[in-house]
Amino acid sequence: MRKLIFLLAVVALGASRPWSSTPVQRPAVPVVRDQGWARNPIDRFILARLEREGITPSPPADPRTLLRRASLDLTGLPPTPEELEKFFADSSPAAYEQQVERLLASPHYGEAWARHWLDVARYADSDGYEKDWVRPWAWRYRDWVINALNANMPFDEFSIEQIAGDLLPRPSTEQLVATGFHRMTLTNREGGVDNEQFRFENVIDRASTTGSVWLGLTVGCAQCHDHKFDPISQKDFYRWVALFDSTEEVDIDAPLPGEQGAYHRMSGEYRARRNALLAEYNVPALQAAWEARMLEAAAQPGKWTDWDLAWDCLLKLTSGGDGEKIIRKKPAERTQRDNDVLTDHFVRNYHFAVGQPKYRELKLNELDARLTALKNEFPRLTQAYVIEESPKPRPAHIRVRGDYKSLGVAVEPGGFANLPPIPSSGRTNRLDMARWLFSAGNPLTTRVTVNRIWQEFFGQGLVRTSDDFGTQGEKPVYPELLDWLATEFRESGWDVKHIQRLIVASAAYRQSSAARPDLQSKDPANNLLARQARLRLPAELIRDSALSVSGLLNPALGGPSIRPFQPAGVAELAYANSVKWTESAGADRYRRGLYIHFQRTTPYPLMVNFDAPKGNVPACRRQRSNTPLQALNLLNDPAFFEAAYAFANRILAEAGPDPAKRIELAFSYALGRPPRPAERARLEQYIAEQKAILDKEPESLARMIPGPAPGADSLTTAAWTGASSVLLNLDEFITRE
Amino acid sequence: MMALADLLRASDDPLAAKKAHFPGKAKNVIFLFMEGAPSQMDLFDPKPALKQWHGKPLPASETKDLKLAFIKPTASVLASPRTFKPSGQCGMELSDLLPNLSSCADDLCLIRSMRSDAFNHHPGQLLLFSGHMQGGRPTLGAWVAYGMGSESKNLPAFVVLTSGVGTSGGSDNFSSGFLPSTYGGTVFRGSGDPILYLSNPEGVSQTSQRARLDALRDLNQQHQDATGDLEIASRIHSYELAFRMQMAAPELLDFSKESPQTLEDYGVKKDQTRAYGTNCLLARRMVERGVRFVMLMHASWDHHSEINKGLVRQCGVTDQPVAALLKDLKQRGLLDTTLVIWAGEFGRTPMSEIRRPEEADNAGRDHHPEGYSLWMAGGGVKGGQVIGKTDDLALRITEDPIHVHDLQATILRLLGFDHTRLTYRHMGRDFRLTDVSGEVVKSVLA
Repeated sequence: MRKLIFLLAVVALGASRPWSSTPVQRPAVPVVRDQGWARNPIDRFILARLEREGITPSPPADPRTLLRRASLDLTGLPPTPEELEKFFADSSPAAYEQQVERLLASPHYGEAWARHWLDVARYADSDGYEKDWVRPWAWRYRDWVINALNANMPFDEFSIEQIAGDLLPRPSTEQLVATGFHRMTLTNREGGVDNEQFRFENVIDRASTTGSVWLGLTVGCAQCHDHKFDPISQKDFYRWVALFDSTEEVDIDAPLPGEQGAYHRMSGEYRARRNALLAEYNVPALQAAWEARMLEAAAQPGKWTDWDLAWDCLLKLTSGGDGEKIIRKKPAERTQRDNDVLTDHFVRNYHFAVGQPKYRELKLNELDARLTALKNEFPRLTQAYVIEESPKPRPAHIRVRGDYKSLGVAVEPGGFANLPPIPSSGRTNRLDMARWLFSAGNPLTTRVTVNRIWQEFFGQGLVRTSDDFGTQGEKPVYPELLDWLATEFRESGWDVKHIQRLIVASAAYRQSSAARPDLQSKDPANNLLARQARLRLPAELIRDSALSVSGLLNPALGGPSIRPFQPAGVAELAYANSVKWTESAGADRYRRGLYIHFQRTTPYPLMVNFDAPKGNVPACRRQRSNTPLQALNLLNDPAFFEAAYAFANRILAEAGPDPAKRIELAFSYALGRPPRPAERARLEQYIAEQKAILDKEPESLARMIPGPAPGADSLTTAAWTGASSVLLNLDEFITRE
Repeated sequence: MMALADLLRASDDPLAAKKAHFPGKAKNVIFLFMEGAPSQMDLFDPKPALKQWHGKPLPASETKDLKLAFIKPTASVLASPRTFKPSGQCGMELSDLLPNLSSCADDLCLIRSMRSDAFNHHPGQLLLFSGHMQGGRPTLGAWVAYGMGSESKNLPAFVVLTSGVGTSGGSDNFSSGFLPSTYGGTVFRGSGDPILYLSNPEGVSQTSQRARLDALRDLNQQHQDATGDLEIASRIHSYELAFRMQMAAPELLDFSKESPQTLEDYGVKKDQTRAYGTNCLLARRMVERGVRFVMLMHASWDHHSEINKGLVRQCGVTDQPVAALLKDLKQRGLLDTTLVIWAGEFGRTPMSEIRRPEEADNAGRDHHPEGYSLWMAGGGVKGGQVIGKTDDLALRITEDPIHVHDLQATILRLLGFDHTRLTYRHMGRDFRLTDVSGEVVKSVLA
């Protein structure tokens, strides 16, 4: 068997020190000839180079385009026609800055930037692997991210709480919730898997992800002793892994404000009724016998094959806690949560031990349903998936050839030999490491982070390989600019919005994104930034834009993930039809894409079609592909056609009967600009054609729309539904220019 | 539209047909994925010696290193009740459960010495299709679409057909991973729209749809003139391809021009074989129309209990259509350029798994990643041969071990690729299907 090992290919730390490991120093801002263009130091770095190359920057974008760009970049939502016209009419010098402040202060800012962070956090709402159980409380961590970003939590705090919130002195519930970052690892509940193997894989995942997200270290998977770029020793790698090796997965109560009062008022009654139910089905006696027999079977594997299976199921299928740990505790040592978790498991899974006929005779399936119903009757506390450091640290070892079972020499937790050491006052732990990421001697965290922020405003980072700051990655096009921003970030107290404000204020950001035929040979990839970029929107924002312009969007923030309509046959691809997709009711169907339940083995089709990451490994940048399935999705998905109908209703109601005004308003909503004459003519032509077609197809008209818009006839409404759909399918609509 | 298409340089169309590293015999692939781990000793690899161990545990010395999912090494042996007979001129021994496939023996390259690192389904399927036991990487079909592009102007390059219950791997088995989603598998669905969102919205006739697309094309074109962005030209191209797909899919699914004999051969008219036979016939029709990679996912062969009944059932569903596909491809001259692969993610144990000791005749078999069987045919494969051997107890490989990565390297070789050079840069590393290993199995090649 080929034994594989994950290696952090810390090429950055090799003998030949690459650019990324050199200390970050604030460079002098260059002198430029053209004194009029630059708005802040960012521009001087860029302009100095452009002047050297004999390239002029692009003219500023049209104000409406600029506002649409900033709105989509900062909040993920397009501006309204009123916002656009107000901005267009405002000639005061601070008009744009005021808009930026408004957008940065919007609660939707946190949603837009949470999506970027959740990509690197490999967020999902299910376990992954075969069983792919739903994680009904994953959103608690997602909301923590949104709230932290909206509060502009300094990035060092934001990071330390996620990496090691549990190790902070007397951590708050929120600080524990932050460690949910480490719970985004996959869980394999497939029968027969070795839990230790997957525990170890999750530890490696946490170590690799942390190295990748904060240090930009390439996470390679290489056959042991055979890594081409192997400046890091196996020992270093396992020192880093050891920082994560004593983490335990724990589920906790993480109540939202207002939940506790009702919960505690009712808990006495709930307990009494639950206990009565358990007694009615004789659970205490049955469970005690089951526990004894389970422990006996676990001690003599192979003796009773049915009980072997029951034991395996305890290890895999316990929900809300670690079944094996609980069953091995003496009853007196168990917490209330332990008792509930084990009893719920017993009631649901006793049939593995005794067979279905006996199980049904005891009516435990009925009890299972009644317990669930009872739970739903009473107020509950929101839960969170967090990690804790085990009180007994695991001795850390090199794993020979990466095999989790072959322990090599012992190592102490720590960092990499070629980076400054991690200061600690004892055994180095995750908290020491998390703080070290932000220490003065660490050049990587700040560079990697400002680069990732930059990437979201220009479509690519100053280091284009934003996931790789090693020697295999690309070098920055503007190294001084990167370091200037990196210094600014550190000295601002890790103020994310400060960096974003600087970027969007720059003249570079405000340039037109139109193609520059004159640069086609000189700078085809736009590395020098002599123009802005046209960027196809990510999956979620395509949905958000369609819902927003059509007026359907439900702007509520946070809460459990939602399931919009999904055609039959998608969820059914999951293992043994185990994934159920129950459509959300009412206004929940119109929530932002960020809130769509992400089922790892069968994601929502829009996500798959438009390059959303799969939630298995950190995704530091998204692909932007262009496929016929995307076209079918936007043309024919009932959700988008429903948006087109709502959009038509809105236009007809708001613009009144004047056809020209309708087209102007529709363009303003969808594209944030007035139509060009030829565009106006073409859309008019389409509306006339569509009316003529529907005139001849009365049966189509009846099926196409639920009814006429207020103040309009059916034919006009249907033709405008088509016209709205045309607008919602335009390349420009799904592109931020 | 041609003028527009011409505007797109070949490099702008990610699915433009591309040349492989060297001329490969196979141009298309049909992967018959038999999900759940079919039992090799009941289908492909006769083990008469197990009869003397039936009902008894094997000596501890034989079982001590085995990785087992559910059972313990002390579990008793379950001898196969099947009979095997030599088939074809090559005399390949195949199970009586595969009477139709047996008549294709001279086209099959049967491998009896496969090896996987995984003994659980999802990791096993990930390894088989993405070369790695954790999720997130591109899959075989996506790599092939990425490497070779598409010959079809109006169908996806990589199509997935499903039957039976859902698979452990789910969409991970045909994911584009970190490749652009262009290369991921498109599921052709058994009911409703064959491709998701293929039908026009309710009440939108074909005339209306065309009017919508014409307006869209013209407005996109106007904006391209304004911005000079070629990406808009590819967007227009994608919409036109989507429209052609809407037109082409009904023709693809329309079996009315197939002869009654063909429909009977595939078992399309019989309840038992209808679903799988339809998928096999669709696979042939897709290959004829230029689809590069067709993957049939059939679940499940995961017979932990009642294996004898379960195998009769699954073979009854698949044996006839699979053989019909091979013969049909051959008769149409397509087998030479179409690589057909029949494989599960690993194999099963010679020992029995007994989940309900008190109920009679419900024995099954556990997972076993060593020495399982699969076969390949067509597309540059040397048929009529058996590669590899396992020991008498079906526990270990005794000759020519072939790892999953070797299989992948061989598949890519048949298509004309050096598996070490078909790479994609991601997270600072050049990734490839075979991870860091894999050797082409030369004896497979014709």
